[in-house]
Amino acid sequence: MKIFKTLTLFSVVFFLAALTTNPDVAEGYAIGDNATDFSLKNIDGKMVSLSDYETAKGFLIIFTCNTCPYAVAYEDRIIALHDKYAANGVPVIAINPNNPSVKPGDSFDEMKKRASEKGFAFPYLFDEDQTVFPKYGATRTPHVFLLEKTEKGNTVRYIGAIDDNYQDASQVEDKYVENAVDAMLAGKDIEVTTTRAIGCSIKV
Amino acid sequence: MFSQRGYKFLLKDKGRFIHYLILKCSKQYMMDLRILIGLCFFGLIGCGSSPENKRSEEVADSVIAEAAEVETASMLDFPVYDFDAITTLLNKKNDTTYIVNFWATWCKPCVEELPNFEKTFAEQKNNKVELILVSLDMRSMWQKRLVPFVEKNDLKGSVVILDDPKMNEWIPKVDQQWSGGIPATLIYNSSKRSFFEQSMTYEELNLELRKFIN
Repeated sequence: MKIFKTLTLFSVVFFLAALTTNPDVAEGYAIGDNATDFSLKNIDGKMVSLSDYETAKGFLIIFTCNTCPYAVAYEDRIIALHDKYAANGVPVIAINPNNPSVKPGDSFDEMKKRASEKGFAFPYLFDEDQTVFPKYGATRTPHVFLLEKTEKGNTVRYIGAIDDNYQDASQVEDKYVENAVDAMLAGKDIEVTTTRAIGCSIKV
Repeated sequence: MFSQRGYKFLLKDKGRFIHYLILKCSKQYMMDLRILIGLCFFGLIGCGSSPENKRSEEVADSVIAEAAEVETASMLDFPVYDFDAITTLLNKKNDTTYIVNFWATWCKPCVEELPNFEKTFAEQKNNKVELILVSLDMRSMWQKRLVPFVEKNDLKGSVVILDDPKMNEWIPKVDQQWSGGIPATLIYNSSKRSFFEQSMTYEELNLELRKFIN
């Protein structure tokens, strides 16, 4: 009986160890990591880097695209986020990570068209070499990374979805990104720092 | 069950006109409306001459068309679930092995891997294997894309629709490791489960399936 107990204890310990040491195999940032800067081409042809924004307090880096139905469903909400927070020092920086040879609708020319149709007031950058999204660990569109500019660099504060209802903006109960930015700007802890959502896989 | 859900969905989310009607209507009135829509619908079937897609194109904006769209889906056996309702499908305890594939018609890698699942299902269904194809297509796509897709490709797996926007709540309940990317596949039976957030080749799928059925 004692042996049985010991064995059970051991197996529990091993099981827990297996759980806790399960490495976060996915590359990319975790909350609290410092995010890399980049230099990517904007739809106006100019290169954009985070370091260009001297007075920014942070950034909403949003990996998105023209073609994904979820990205399209969130377009107006992305525009609204920029309208609301750019003036407070947290602009939206949209990045299209898709390979246009796989998804022709996400070509640079199509990006220009979409941005002008929707009147994007924020940069819409093209991750042409597909080197930036893997560093961030973006897996889908839309995928949001909230960064806070600190002395140590641009620290990742939130990763995930914009809110909890892609279907209907009026039915949203949790505005994850807004809550995160509000807390960050108020110097408070962000309650929900990561969320999951179905999205379109990034086309490589 | 479906028509009940479908009707709610019709009331809740389709055109403002319906919404307006519902707000204005008493319960009795709603029942009348339901009967009216039902009658209109059966009237449409009665004709039986115009092809389905054409029909929904022709009258796409009318109330009747909305009802017909929903009901046609039910005729094609696409139950619509929220996550609570679909939970039983993900946790059956019997002697069958279930392959549950999360996909959508807009998801290219999903569509590309579907033949591997259909082929495997055809070969293995006598070994007590079931294929459940959980569509994450959006409501606007059910009639326009999902129904024609399933018909065109003559899918033999059981197509069900998961219609639940609270993704952050239900994704981890399918599997703790799932980030939300599709395609994703759950293979389970009464004694074990495996989850794959990736495309699967025919060989990969069979390799994993053999761990369940042998």
